[in-house]
Amino acid sequence: MERPLISIEGLARRFGETAVFENIWFGIERGEFVCLIGHSGCGKTTILNVLAGLDQPSDGTVIVDNREIDGPSLDRAVIFQGHALLPWLSVMGNIAFAVASRWPSWSRARVQDHARKFIELVGLKGAEAKRPAQLSGGMKQRVGIARALSIQPKMLLMDEPFSALDALTRGMLQDEVLRICADTRQTVFMITHDVDEAILLADRIVLMTNGPGARIAEIVLNTMPKNERRRNDLHRHPQYYAIRNHLVEFLVNRSKAFDREIAEGGYDPRRPRLVKPGLAAVNPPAEVVPLRHTH
Amino acid sequence: MAAFRNSLGLRSALLSLLIFAGIVVFWQIATQPTAGTGAAVDPEYAKLVGAAAATGSKSAMPTPADIGATIFKHLSDPFYVRGSNDKGIGVQLAYSLGRVLLGFGLAALVAVPLGFLIGMSPLVYRALDPFIQILKPVSPLAWMPLALYTIKDSAISSIFVIFICSVWPMLINTAFGVASVRREWLNVARTLEVGPLRTAFKVILPAAAPTIMTGMRISIGIAWLVIVAAEMLVGGTGIGYFVWNEWNNLSIANIVTAILLIGLVGLLLDQGLARLTRLVTYPE
Repeated sequence: MERPLISIEGLARRFGETAVFENIWFGIERGEFVCLIGHSGCGKTTILNVLAGLDQPSDGTVIVDNREIDGPSLDRAVIFQGHALLPWLSVMGNIAFAVASRWPSWSRARVQDHARKFIELVGLKGAEAKRPAQLSGGMKQRVGIARALSIQPKMLLMDEPFSALDALTRGMLQDEVLRICADTRQTVFMITHDVDEAILLADRIVLMTNGPGARIAEIVLNTMPKNERRRNDLHRHPQYYAIRNHLVEFLVNRSKAFDREIAEGGYDPRRPRLVKPGLAAVNPPAEVVPLRHTH
Repeated sequence: MAAFRNSLGLRSALLSLLIFAGIVVFWQIATQPTAGTGAAVDPEYAKLVGAAAATGSKSAMPTPADIGATIFKHLSDPFYVRGSNDKGIGVQLAYSLGRVLLGFGLAALVAVPLGFLIGMSPLVYRALDPFIQILKPVSPLAWMPLALYTIKDSAISSIFVIFICSVWPMLINTAFGVASVRREWLNVARTLEVGPLRTAFKVILPAAAPTIMTGMRISIGIAWLVIVAAEMLVGGTGIGYFVWNEWNNLSIANIVTAILLIGLVGLLLDQGLARLTRLVTYPE
């Protein structure tokens, strides 16, 4: 069987009798940007931690590159929600620590040269010697992004990376992540609860129902082409509102009553339905008959 | 004038000087020689405390001027050695400092690695906690007889007492500092596949360093308190012995001089460690 780069197979997390989430199946292709959306408490962070190798599932496995993961790896870099910079190190020190962990045999100068490239990539040139406490929230998160990218991982894992930032900074960083990921063809898995962020960044959006017993309800394919997604005029795109409404409708209503949809049949946890609400808006389905006056 | 009113430092310095002057004046008045009653006194007592004091015409307490003269005398020649009971005050202080630093250093060598181990393992933490809790509040001098009996050497016994009193704060603070390293910093190390030894030195040690240094600062303070008492007990050398010796000589001026110098050295030790603590402290 042909597997995607990352394959999540039958993942479950239980505390005694109650399952936080159960029977989670989905994959992430190489170079793809996948967002996971769901309410708090459905176990999103646990799934990300399992992918990172920081947490063990009660059941199921994660297969990366045809090998089951058994712990943290330099191939999967994590961008933490609280940036998690080491406060006693400078910006350069924090990134050099990661680079030296990736390539232990490199000389000090080579490590610093490599680190400097990534500091410039996230636009922090000139702030190399600053400590995290001297940086703003957005700058700290940039350092976190640079640290994750500097080890040139096979994939990036981001746990609500922008949720602690103000709207303006968040927007700027989203643009930058979009640019960097497009340039480097990076595979990304990101958790968010910001619908617009998901539409802007993701190729596919995985929708998770409420816990306990959370599941993958369906997967929304973002049919807006990547080069047409720009934060400033996202809302003018013909597909935008259809996708947005679909996501909001799910979060507000369907996420808590998804058991009813399962009862109606046709739900296969191994192959969650792939939906394209964006296309429905552009080409209205043929079966919709326009209202007509009858004499 | 406005600058003066706004500067807290300047005003507090002036107030300090006023208080100091007040103390000196009060002291001078309190130790003023009074008119002698001329009453007959025991000649041996007179010999001991000085004729003027014995007759009551002069207090046995030295005046501030006497103290000043004594301090000057000691500081102008602090490092002489004329026999086993007559050494300069600098020499005596150096003996005490040497013991404190040796005992403190040995305690650090034991407490920091052991504290690391305790802090890393919740099991060891809980298993050793009752021992630490019981031994910690024991006055270090209570160990003295045990040390003298087992070691059979008074000089090493006093170092052991310093060791035992400075080991607890360092042990407890190291264990606490290591145990409370933020989970996310450890996760950073884990996702970067950093080995346990490198994690210990590059993540846990710098993260816990401010707490460890605070423990060291508490330890050296206690050690400096304890050394005076320990040296009074074991005798021979050291500033504690000097104080006891001068009490036997009834030389109050020498005792007051020693008290001031003990305070000064204690202050310097504390400030030195405070400075080191500041070096390893990081803002979050």
